[in-house]
Amino acid sequence: MPHSAKERARIVTIKGSTVEVRGLSSYRMGEITYVGEEKLIGEIIEIERNFATVQVYEPLEGLKINDPVYPTGKSLSAELGPGLLSNIFDGIQRPLEQIKKILSSSFIQRGIHINALDRYKNWLFEPNKDLTKGHLVKGGDVLGSVQETETIKSNIIVPPNTNGELLSIQEKGEFKITDPIVELKGSDKEKKELTLMHEWPVRVARPFLKKLPVSEPLVTGQRIIDMFFPITKGGTAAIPGGFGTGKTILQHQLSKWSNADVVIYIGCGERGNEMTDVLREFPKLVDPHTQNPLMDRTLLIANVSNMPVAAREASIYMGITMAEFYRDQGFNVLLTADSTSRWAEALREIAGQLEEMPVEEGYPAYLGARLANFYERAGQVVTIGSPYREGSINITAAISPPGGDFSEPVTANTKRFVKTFWGLDSNLANRKHFPSIDWLNSYSGYIKVIEEWALEANLEDWGRYRQEMFTILQKDDELQHIAELIGSKALPADEQLIILVADIIKEGFLQQNAFDKIDSFCPIEKQMKMMKLMLLFYNRAEVLIKNGCPISLIIGLKTVQILKRMKEDVQNDNIIQMNKIEDYIHTDMEELGSKYGYKV
Amino acid sequence: MARITVRGVSEIRGPIIIIEGVTGIRMGEYLEVNLPNKPSRKGRVLAIEEERVIILLYQGTYELEKDEIETEFFGRTMQLFVAEDMIGRVFNSQGEPLDGLPSIYSDEYRDINGSPINPTSRIYPRDYIETGISSIDSMNTLVRGQKLPIFTGAGLPNNLLIGQIVKQARIAGAEGADKFAIVFGAMGLTMDDYIYFQRLFEETGTLNKVVMFSNLASDSAAERLITPRVALTTAEYLAFDKGYHVLVILSDITNYCQALREISVALETVPSRKGFPGYMYSDLASIYERAGIIEDSKGSITLLANLTMPNDDITHPIADLTGYITEGQIILDRSMHNRGIYPPIDVLGSLSRLMKDGIGEGYTRKDHPSLSNQLYASYAEGLDKRRLAEVIGKKELNRRDQILYEFADKFEDNFVNQGDNYRSIVDSLNLGWSLLSNLPETELTKVSEDLILEHIKNKGADSD
Ligand SMILES: Nc1ncnc2c1ncn2[C@@H]1O[C@H](COP(=O)(O)OP(=O)(O)OP(=O)(O)O)[C@@H](O)[C@H]1O
Ligand SMILES: [Mg+2]
Repeated sequence: MPHSAKERARIVTIKGSTVEVRGLSSYRMGEITYVGEEKLIGEIIEIERNFATVQVYEPLEGLKINDPVYPTGKSLSAELGPGLLSNIFDGIQRPLEQIKKILSSSFIQRGIHINALDRYKNWLFEPNKDLTKGHLVKGGDVLGSVQETETIKSNIIVPPNTNGELLSIQEKGEFKITDPIVELKGSDKEKKELTLMHEWPVRVARPFLKKLPVSEPLVTGQRIIDMFFPITKGGTAAIPGGFGTGKTILQHQLSKWSNADVVIYIGCGERGNEMTDVLREFPKLVDPHTQNPLMDRTLLIANVSNMPVAAREASIYMGITMAEFYRDQGFNVLLTADSTSRWAEALREIAGQLEEMPVEEGYPAYLGARLANFYERAGQVVTIGSPYREGSINITAAISPPGGDFSEPVTANTKRFVKTFWGLDSNLANRKHFPSIDWLNSYSGYIKVIEEWALEANLEDWGRYRQEMFTILQKDDELQHIAELIGSKALPADEQLIILVADIIKEGFLQQNAFDKIDSFCPIEKQMKMMKLMLLFYNRAEVLIKNGCPISLIIGLKTVQILKRMKEDVQNDNIIQMNKIEDYIHTDMEELGSKYGYKV
Repeated sequence: MARITVRGVSEIRGPIIIIEGVTGIRMGEYLEVNLPNKPSRKGRVLAIEEERVIILLYQGTYELEKDEIETEFFGRTMQLFVAEDMIGRVFNSQGEPLDGLPSIYSDEYRDINGSPINPTSRIYPRDYIETGISSIDSMNTLVRGQKLPIFTGAGLPNNLLIGQIVKQARIAGAEGADKFAIVFGAMGLTMDDYIYFQRLFEETGTLNKVVMFSNLASDSAAERLITPRVALTTAEYLAFDKGYHVLVILSDITNYCQALREISVALETVPSRKGFPGYMYSDLASIYERAGIIEDSKGSITLLANLTMPNDDITHPIADLTGYITEGQIILDRSMHNRGIYPPIDVLGSLSRLMKDGIGEGYTRKDHPSLSNQLYASYAEGLDKRRLAEVIGKKELNRRDQILYEFADKFEDNFVNQGDNYRSIVDSLNLGWSLLSNLPETELTKVSEDLILEHIKNKGADSD
C-alpha cells in the first residue's frame, strides 16, 4: 500500500549539496523538489526504498532535519521561447539581470523563484500563412515567427510530442509569451492552447527526424583552426589545456568570430570576471559575417566557480537544451562550454555524497556515459516538423586536466567522443605562442569533409597548402631535435631553410593575437593568401639554395619580417597589399639570383 | 533565533565531534563548546544525519570530556562584526582582538562565507597598479581588483617581494588614495614571518591601515579554514560598503589547503589527487572569487596570496587548482634566485590575465602591448639558445643565436634584476626598448616599424 499522502515529506539528512527526504507520496527520478521553508530548488537523483536523495541547486546552510519538502511533479526543465538571446542565466536558467533587480544587490542570494523568460514583454507574432483551420499540425511545425533580436528571427514551433487539429491561430499582433496563439484539438478530443514558449526537460534530448553527415565548416577566423584542424557545423571539438594555456580566450574567439547563427556560451565553474568580460565586450562587437551586433545571437550561462556545485552539473544540460531549441528552428548553433572538467568534478562531488563507488581518480563509473550523452546531442539534423529544415549544434568544450596531464579520466574519456582535438601546450603558452594549439599533437576528423567543401567553394588549393605546410612543420620538428644536439649551424642549407620557413609559419601564421584589432579575426581569403605567400617564399628560396645561395642571405631578407607581420600589418580586406607582398617575394628572390648569379 | 544547548557527545574523532539525539539543529550553524574554566571552543555543523550532528571544532578536541562538555548551538551561521575601526587592529581568526584593545562593537555583522557576486554586477578591472617592479609592471601588469598568487618555493624571497609591493605600489588614477586599506590573513604563518610582516607594516607606515587576522603555525589547523573568510568578509565590508581600495594579502595558501585535507580525511571523504578533497577547487574558488570590483561601489578588493609549492612542483594540486581559479600567477624561480637575481621572477611562466585590458593607449602607454610581446618572444628564444649552448657550447652558436643568448642574459641581469629599487613604469618600458635595441631589426617582428622608429632609431639619434 502506498503510504498515506498525509505523511508530510521532510528532510532526514543534510550533507554537502544533497539532502535525504522521506515521506513523499511518490518517488520519481529527476523530479524537481522544493526543499525547506525557503523552497530551495532541488532534483531527486537517487531513490532507495522510501528515501529520496535530492541534489540542491543552492547552499544548504540553515536547513534542519524535519524541514518540509514540496514535490512539484515536474522535471528540471528549460523555458524555451523568444527572449533567451542576449540574456545571461545561471545554471538553472534564472536570469541574472533580473536577480540583480529583485534583490537590488550585487550579490546572489538563494531561494529566488523567477521565470527564465519575461512574462510582461510583448512580441510581434507573425503567423505562418500556410496554416488554416482544420490543418493537422504536429511537433516541430512552424506556427509563425517572432523577431527575437535584430539578427535572429525565431520560428515559433509546435513543441515536440504535441499534435492535433488546428482550431484557431492568432492574426499578426503583439503577444506576451504566455498568451495563447494557437488552439488545437488533440487526438483525445481535448483542447490545447499553445503559446510562444514551451518547456522541455533538460536531461532528455529533443527529438529530430534524422541525423545528417556534417558537410560545412564552422569558419572561425582562427588560422590554425580553419586551415589546419577545422571543425564543422554540427561537429565536436575538445580543447584540453593546463591553466593559462588559452582555453577561455579561444572559446571567446570562437564565440565572437565563427559563422554560427546562434552562440551559447556556458561558463561552467569558471571565473566571474570572464563572464563580465563577455558581457562588456560583446555588445560592442559586430559579427563579421552579418554585420549585426554580436550580442544579438549570443546567450550566456554563468555558473561561476563559487556558485553552487549542483547547479554547475545542471548548467551543461540547460545549455544543450537551449541549443537544441534553436537547432529545431533551423539554426546552426555553436555551444561552447568552459569547462567540462568542472562539470565532471561536480558529478564526482555528488557521487561522493551518495557514497557511490569511485573508479578512476574519484570519478564515478558513469563519467564516460554522461560525456557520451552530452556529445551525442551535437550534430547536423533534419528537424521534426514542416517545412523542411536543417539545423545543427557544434559542441566545442574546454577541459582542464589536473597538472596539464592529458591522460586523466575527463580528457581520456572525452577523446572517445569528439572528432576534433586541439591540445593546448604549456610550453607554447609560456613563450606566448597563442593559440597554443600543439600542431603535432592535435587532429581534426573533418579533413575529408572540408576538402570536399573547399573544392566547391573555389578553395581547391586548401588541401595542398595545408599538406605542404604540415610537411614543413613536421620536418622542422625532426630537425629541431637534431639541432638541439649539434646546433643549427651544422645543418645543411636546405634544412636550415626549412627551419627558417617553419619559423615564419609558426610566428606569422599559427600565432594569432586575440587582442590585436586586425589579427583577432582573419578571413578565409586572407588565410589562404598568407599560406600561398609563405609557400611561395619557400619554393623560390629552395631553388636558390639548390643553386648554392648561402642561407644567411635568405635569412637576412626583409621579406622574412614582412611575412611574419602581414597578419597584423595588412588590413584584412586589403588584397592589393597582399599582392604587393607577393611581388616583393619575387623581386627579392630575383635580385638575389641575378646579383650572385644563382639560377632562380 | 533560539539557542539549543546539549550536554555530552557520542563520538570524538580528530577535530570532529558527533552529537546524537538532538533535534532542531541547522546545517552550517555556528556553535560553541563550553568547558569549565577554559575558553570556549567554536565550531560549525558540517552534516546532519537524522539525529546525529557532525561538527567541526576549530580549536580541536584535545582534552574534551565526552560526557561533560556542553554544546551551545546559535541557530545561525558564524558571523563577524565589522566596522571601520577594525583598521589598525590585530585579531585572531574569530575576530577577537589580540592587541589588548577592546572588542569591536558594531551594529553591522556579516556571514563569514559571503555570497557569490552576480557576474552582471561586476565591473571588469582595468586600472593598473604600478608596483615599481619592471618584470611585473611591464610583463605581468597587476590590475586593481585582480586576484594574483605568488607561486614560491621554500626559501625564496616571496615575502620580500610582497614587502616591496606594499612599499611601492601606486594605483593609477589614485582618486581617493586615502581610502586605502590592507587586510592581512596569516594562515599557519611561522612567528618569524609574522614578525616580518608586522615590521613591514610598521616601516612602511601602513600599520594604521592594516587589519590583521592571525592564525599562526602553532594555532589550530581547523581554525585556518576560517582565517581567509574573516579576512575577506572584512575586506568586502571595507571595499563595498565603505569605499576602500583594499589589498588583501593571504599567506600561505598551502597551509590552508593542508588544513583542508586534514579535515576532509577526518570526515572520510573520497580523496582526489594527493589526498586532497575533490571539493578543493570549489573551496578555493569561494575564497579567491571574493576579489573584484562591483557596481555602485567605489572600492575594490585586490588579492595577493603566497603559495609555497611543495618541492617547487607547479603541478601539485594546490598550485594547479589555484592557477585554474586566479587571474594569473607570479612564479619565483629558484635558479634565478641562486644566481643572485632579485626579484627572481620567472617572467615567462608568470601571467597576468587582466593585463590585456589594463595596458596600452589611455592606460599605460601605447607601445606597451607590442613591446611586452617582443620582450617575451625574444627572451623565450634567448632561453632556447641558452639551453642549446649548454649542449653544444656557446661558441658553436651561430651569430643570430649568440645575439639572442646575450639578450636573455641582459634581460635577466638588467631588467628582471632590479634589487630593492623603485622603477616607474615609464622607466621600465624605456629600459625594455633599450634592451631591444641590441637586437637586429629583423628580430623585431612583434613591434611595428613606427614604434621601432620612435623608440629605437630616433632615440639613438637623440642621444648621439
Ligand atoms: N590568442 C591569444 N592571443 C593573445 N593572448 C592570448 C591568446 N590566448 C591566450 N592568451 C593569453 O593567455 C592568457 C590565458 O588564457 P586563458 O585565460 O584563455 O587560459 P585558460 O586556458 O582558459 O586558463 P584556465 O584554465 O586557468 O581558465 C590570457 O590572459 C592571455 O594573456
Ligand atoms: Mg579559462
